[in-house]
Amino acid sequence: MMEIGLNHYLVLSTILFCIGLVGVMKRKNLLMLFFSTEILLNAVNISFAAISHYYGDFTGQMFAFFVIAIAASEVAVGLGLLIVWFKRFGNVDLDSMSSMRG
Amino acid sequence: MEKYLYIALFAPLVSSLFSALFTATPKKLFTGIIGSTLIGLSLFSSLVLMIHIAGGGEPIHLELMTWMATGDLYIPFGFIVDQVSVTMMVVVTTVSTVVHVYAIGYMDHDKGFNRFFSYLSAFVFSMMILVMSDNYAGLFIGWEGVGLCSWLLIGFWIHKESATWAANEAFIMNRIADLGMLVGIFLIYWNTGTLQYHEAFEAFKTLDHSTLTMIGIFLFIGAMGKSAQFPLHTWLADAMEGPTPVSALIHAATMVTAGVYLVIRSNELYSLIPNVGLFIASLGTFVALFAASMALVNRDMKRVIAYSTLSQLGYMFAAAGLGAYWVALFHLMAHAFFKALLFLGAGNVMHAMHDELDPFKMGGLKKVMKWTWIMMTIASLALAGIFPFAGFFSKDTILEAAFAQHHMVIYGVLLFTAGLTAFYSFRLVALIFHGEDRFKLFGIHPHEAYRYMLIAMSPLFILAIIAGVFQNGFFHMVEEILSATEYHIHSHVTVWIMLLGTQIFVGLAIIYAYKKYARGGITVPDGTSEVEQGFFYKLLINQYYIPYAYDKFFIQSYRKLSKAFWEELDVKVVDATVDGIAGIVYGTGKATRGMQSGNLSVMLRWMVVGVVVLLSLAVVYALAVRYSGNLPGVGV
Amino acid sequence: MFEAIAFYLFAFLTIVMFYIVVTTSQALYALTALAAGMIFISAFFFILGADFLGVVQIIVYTGAVMALYAFGMMFFDTTRGVKEKQGNKYIISGLSTLAAVLIVMIVAAPIVSKNIVAYYPVVEGVGNVQQVGMVLFTKYLVPFELAAVMLLVAMIAGIVLAGKKMDLSITLMSREEIEAMKDESNKKVLS
Repeated sequence: MMEIGLNHYLVLSTILFCIGLVGVMKRKNLLMLFFSTEILLNAVNISFAAISHYYGDFTGQMFAFFVIAIAASEVAVGLGLLIVWFKRFGNVDLDSMSSMRG
Repeated sequence: MEKYLYIALFAPLVSSLFSALFTATPKKLFTGIIGSTLIGLSLFSSLVLMIHIAGGGEPIHLELMTWMATGDLYIPFGFIVDQVSVTMMVVVTTVSTVVHVYAIGYMDHDKGFNRFFSYLSAFVFSMMILVMSDNYAGLFIGWEGVGLCSWLLIGFWIHKESATWAANEAFIMNRIADLGMLVGIFLIYWNTGTLQYHEAFEAFKTLDHSTLTMIGIFLFIGAMGKSAQFPLHTWLADAMEGPTPVSALIHAATMVTAGVYLVIRSNELYSLIPNVGLFIASLGTFVALFAASMALVNRDMKRVIAYSTLSQLGYMFAAAGLGAYWVALFHLMAHAFFKALLFLGAGNVMHAMHDELDPFKMGGLKKVMKWTWIMMTIASLALAGIFPFAGFFSKDTILEAAFAQHHMVIYGVLLFTAGLTAFYSFRLVALIFHGEDRFKLFGIHPHEAYRYMLIAMSPLFILAIIAGVFQNGFFHMVEEILSATEYHIHSHVTVWIMLLGTQIFVGLAIIYAYKKYARGGITVPDGTSEVEQGFFYKLLINQYYIPYAYDKFFIQSYRKLSKAFWEELDVKVVDATVDGIAGIVYGTGKATRGMQSGNLSVMLRWMVVGVVVLLSLAVVYALAVRYSGNLPGVGV
Repeated sequence: MFEAIAFYLFAFLTIVMFYIVVTTSQALYALTALAAGMIFISAFFFILGADFLGVVQIIVYTGAVMALYAFGMMFFDTTRGVKEKQGNKYIISGLSTLAAVLIVMIVAAPIVSKNIVAYYPVVEGVGNVQQVGMVLFTKYLVPFELAAVMLLVAMIAGIVLAGKKMDLSITLMSREEIEAMKDESNKKVLS
């Protein structure tokens, strides 16, 4: 309990990941959906860093670093698209965005 | 010489295929003309071959190509033209040519004119394969082919319910008999390893008696179906539903004689098993009497002639069973000519009387249809066996053969049947052509048939008269391959007594028939007269109630069985399974269509479902690795 | 011991913050909670000794990314809550619980292999930032450059998507043309 091992971090990461999953499934507003995606990415970052620390391997931190970079660019593009959609349709409700039905 | 074989064999096929191109179009006269020409060509080739063989030439044996060569089984498409087959070829092509030309006139107003000629030529082709084949398998192909064409032709008027029923009856009865024939063929192959006539006959000499008996019996069962011997005889009378040219060709001259041909061809087999031969002869004799009795009272013109055919087939089998194969073949040939002539004449009468079949409604037609009257009378004389017409030479020889072998019962029955034959034939002729003009009561205006139809019938007419002349020549031709026994009855006196006695007996029957039916004052029976109430009359006119028995005992119960199979098994089990599989696929598709709704939320949920599935798979796999110890593909 | 206290504290805080993000109906609260959660995550990085990563997390995520989201928030009326149709609660919670259980099972299981070889082992005696520099500019150089290009592309994409009247270039127009354009837009507004 006192001794924080790798497992603790991994369990924490799992919990955060699942919170993110709940958000992804639950949210109907596109912006809120993006928030939940950010949570997912952060949870994974924690586990990368933890493994890197406990195994003495630098790969984990590097990966987390690149994940952050990618997340940033993804946010830029995603928000740009969101703005375009909003200007066109007036709302960002997911249920109205179903024109690509199969 | 080989090219004549090919021409004789394939000309009917060309004719059939050519006419088949026009089946959907209205009547085109040239299909009939070209058909007749091609069959005539086949006739010409057969005659050339016959002259070749009769002049002492070598039988022509050809192998066209290999049909099956699997393992030990080797069956080629082989053809042989020897004395027996060339006789059959000439008979078949002669009658076919005549019938083709006749049918141009007979089917004049029929919508299915082109189709008719296609079927007719296809039949001729199958029959040629049957008689020209050199092995049992080819024989069987032709056998089935003629069965099929017979079905097509009997049921030619497809809108007539009775015709289609009759066609089915013919085909099914033939099929039942074919089972026996197949078993026979299998036995031949199993015991001798070959189906070629030549080699099989050689091998027969080494087999034991009971095997040979089995083979003989089974092959004869096949012959029974095709040649309508008792108990598979009911189809022949019903087959008269087809057009008259069909009856003339198939059910008088060619198809029904295929059974006799089979027995004659397998004569080397049947000579080894004389007991079976005696059985065949007895059955033939029985059928002869049986059919003749039914013809005595029948009121359907074509049926009377059909029973007559049945009776004469009985004669042929009697001859073949007694070992007199060449006599059977000769009678086959002569019978083909005068029976076809009879049928074609009946066709003329039918056409003139607007398809009326009851001779009681006709009468006195000889004034209007002179040539038909002459031809039918001569044909009936030939059938009755009056000297010097064709039937005398063949029928009398059969009687002599029976007498010479001391089978007195057979001789007696055949003699009595000859009398009956004469009686019913001339009953028919008298009712139709003599007496007062009963047809006037029904407002029918008959006229003679077209000139070219009469001209077409004339070769048969001539042959019916003169065919007896060829008996000696025929005998010398076939004595090489058919056991050539001349039937010598020891004392000349006996011979003359027999001959004269037969002639007198038959003549008396003819005179009696004329007296009874050629007078005036005959009315159309309507079921109330005393004769018609009599027990024997009822028995005979209902064909001994045999069709009724077949219907009650076999057909009804089989029908119930089929219905049960269809409803319970087919619909409920098989169809349900197939439909169920389709239903599952369809349902799965419908259910999973929701995955593609286009709604991002829904799709994200499905994504998480997928993630969960993959995770569980990973856990399961990891557990398996841990606890099974050794799994391929896992490098842990 | 401090490590344990710090860990549990920050863990609790992070979970609460992210929970708020996921469940609240007020967009502003969600945004704020997300920013807070990001900060607390950087705390974890510091605990784990990944200093550079922690700093980058604060700067990039909490600073840049959250600012971007804040700009995006301008499109919404933040006084009223986001109206959302409620999905099926049970499916959502069921699925996520299942996923959680499975993942915990996977990660909490004793690690099978004992001989994991570190590809880029930690070098002793060197600070974390230097170490990052050593690995990043030698072993991970190509990904680094590619990430730079990708960021450039994303930036351009963002500008193009969100920009207005992008086909005109004001720097290249002369003064008269700019005046003409202004008059035109004024006329449109007045009429």
